[in-house]
Amino acid sequence: MAAFGNAQLKLLEKLCNACAVSGDEGEVRQIVLEEIQGLADEVRVDALGNVLATKAGRGRNRPRVMLSAHMDEVGFMLVADDGDGLFRFEIVGGMDIRQLPGKAVLVGPDHTPGVIGARPIHLTTAEDRKRVIPLDALRIDIGPAGKAKLGQRATFATRFQRNGPVVIAKALDNRFGVATLIELLRNAPENIDLLAAFTVQEEIGLRGAKVAAHALDPDLGIAIDSTPANDLPAHDGEENTTYNTRLGCGPAIYIADGSTLSDPRLVRHLELSGEALGIPFQIRQPGGGGTDAGSIHKARAGVPSLSVSVPHRYAHTAALIARLDDWKNTLLLLQGGLSRLTRAVLAGER
Amino acid sequence: MKPLIQKLTETFSPSGYEGAIREVIRKEVAPLVDELRVDALGNLIASKGKRARNGRRIMLAAHMDEIGLIATHIDAGGFIRFTGIGGIRPQALTGSRVRFTDGTAGVIGTDRIQDATKVPTLEQCFIDVGAADRKDCRVRVGDVCAFDRPFVDLGNRLVAKSMDDRIGCVVLIETLRALKGSPHELYFVFTTQEEVGVRGATTSAFGIDPELGLAVDVTLTGDTPKGVKMEVSLGKGPAVKVKDSGMLADPRVVEWMTSTAEKARIPHQREVLDGGSTDARAIQLTRAGVPAGCLSVPTRYVHSPSEMVDMQDVVNSVKLLTALLSKPVEF
Repeated sequence: MAAFGNAQLKLLEKLCNACAVSGDEGEVRQIVLEEIQGLADEVRVDALGNVLATKAGRGRNRPRVMLSAHMDEVGFMLVADDGDGLFRFEIVGGMDIRQLPGKAVLVGPDHTPGVIGARPIHLTTAEDRKRVIPLDALRIDIGPAGKAKLGQRATFATRFQRNGPVVIAKALDNRFGVATLIELLRNAPENIDLLAAFTVQEEIGLRGAKVAAHALDPDLGIAIDSTPANDLPAHDGEENTTYNTRLGCGPAIYIADGSTLSDPRLVRHLELSGEALGIPFQIRQPGGGGTDAGSIHKARAGVPSLSVSVPHRYAHTAALIARLDDWKNTLLLLQGGLSRLTRAVLAGER
Repeated sequence: MKPLIQKLTETFSPSGYEGAIREVIRKEVAPLVDELRVDALGNLIASKGKRARNGRRIMLAAHMDEIGLIATHIDAGGFIRFTGIGGIRPQALTGSRVRFTDGTAGVIGTDRIQDATKVPTLEQCFIDVGAADRKDCRVRVGDVCAFDRPFVDLGNRLVAKSMDDRIGCVVLIETLRALKGSPHELYFVFTTQEEVGVRGATTSAFGIDPELGLAVDVTLTGDTPKGVKMEVSLGKGPAVKVKDSGMLADPRVVEWMTSTAEKARIPHQREVLDGGSTDARAIQLTRAGVPAGCLSVPTRYVHSPSEMVDMQDVVNSVKLLTALLSKPVEF
């Protein structure tokens, strides 16, 4: 059984503080490569930048299981230099532009500090404050001494913090998944061949997972991700019917999202594993969104797939908050579910 | 053929949950084919015949799944909030009845609508299965249901839920029955998850690696009052697709289909569809690319609980597909 303590927390901190906007995942990839050194039979980096690590189990008839966690995060790309350290930028991945003004950012490989400027309240009218500032009116300001080039990425500057049962950080989506997958490689169940894919470009269309799944050609696939919890009480006291997931209720098992209708056999297997092992879990509300499973299940002649996510609040903003227990239980559920996995789980027809 | 259409359209199998309809179809096709298998995504793949020297490996696809709803929340009163599986039209929901895969029936109600001129959104609708409260509700988050409407025989015209695309499945089954011989290696594929993005056809096409592909699916018509402007009508024969929003049919396939129909004196029409696509798109784009087309059964009120087809169009679709598969392909 996987240990869970300070070492895991340190790993998560390191991963969250690294900057890896889609298409520029080098920093997180470097951490992954260091962490998994010696843990796998074979490690390679493919043409798109995915880290593919395989570890064979023991015994006969082992299912080949692809576990995927995307390394990239949403962020920004510099697209025009206005001079004097001011840069126009585009959003990479899905973000609400109302969240951006006034946020500190880190730019480029040197983590040059900057800020997405906002006009101070002294100088705005009541009418101004009702309007959303369009993206092309926003700038990243790094000052005249700052070095940056067009095409470089920027992320929110939020540093990882822990306070008792919670962590606050940027990019918990999906450093939770990356950390989980590293821990699973460290404690790989012997009944399966573990095919780990630390993927790129998930936030811009599940692109890395597409080629990774083709290359790994697995028997089944599980995307390990992080999903929003919209579980705050409604302001008018009405029942919240669109929470997606809830903090503190354990890993979220997907039945349907915008990219995948999970394989019911795998959903059942994980539910049974959770029940048998006494690990709490929740069902993510069916709805939109997508994970690497959306690419994996359509690879080649088809791959039974599902997703499991650690819930967090305030997705795709500068600061997310999540419960450590939910992460721990995600790791335990996957560890337990995989240890109990045999080809018999998929013997019947979907 | 009508009893078969009734049987298929009265089976409940939303996308991703095609087990029930697969069993019904499997019983029909098992005596007619050489080999049957089910792949990872649940596609039912029936193969028939060996490829003669002038034959090809041909994939035919009709999707088994239908649009449906999936429960997202059971509230304190036992009412079920839901979201759609596939292209659900909100205006078709109010007052509709649904049936879950375990047989539980329900009716769709809506929140109190302040503005009666607006169609309620999916978020304003709920399913009532007659539960007293949350505890009494048998439905769980993630359970799926489909429209519940009996098949109606209007003589020349037939009405049912899920004509899209059970009528295509019927055309494939009846073609299997009618086909006396073929130079081709044929794969009759009853696909899954078409309504959520031609997913079953994507993986089955990769697995089969066909040299030619045809989907059999429904298409819209332009023959209803103040309807969409479209040159397809009920009763004028199967439609040969030239284009839809996801595919340009291979011109050689279009020519093959229309000239075969002309030679066999089968009424047919050409189709250009503005919205939507079919399994043919997935077949065309698999691996290094495949010549593909689509034989469409004209259908009114698509994605409503009452989709209408013309019986002669169905009969002629079977005739055309049978004629197409009976002889070598000449391009």
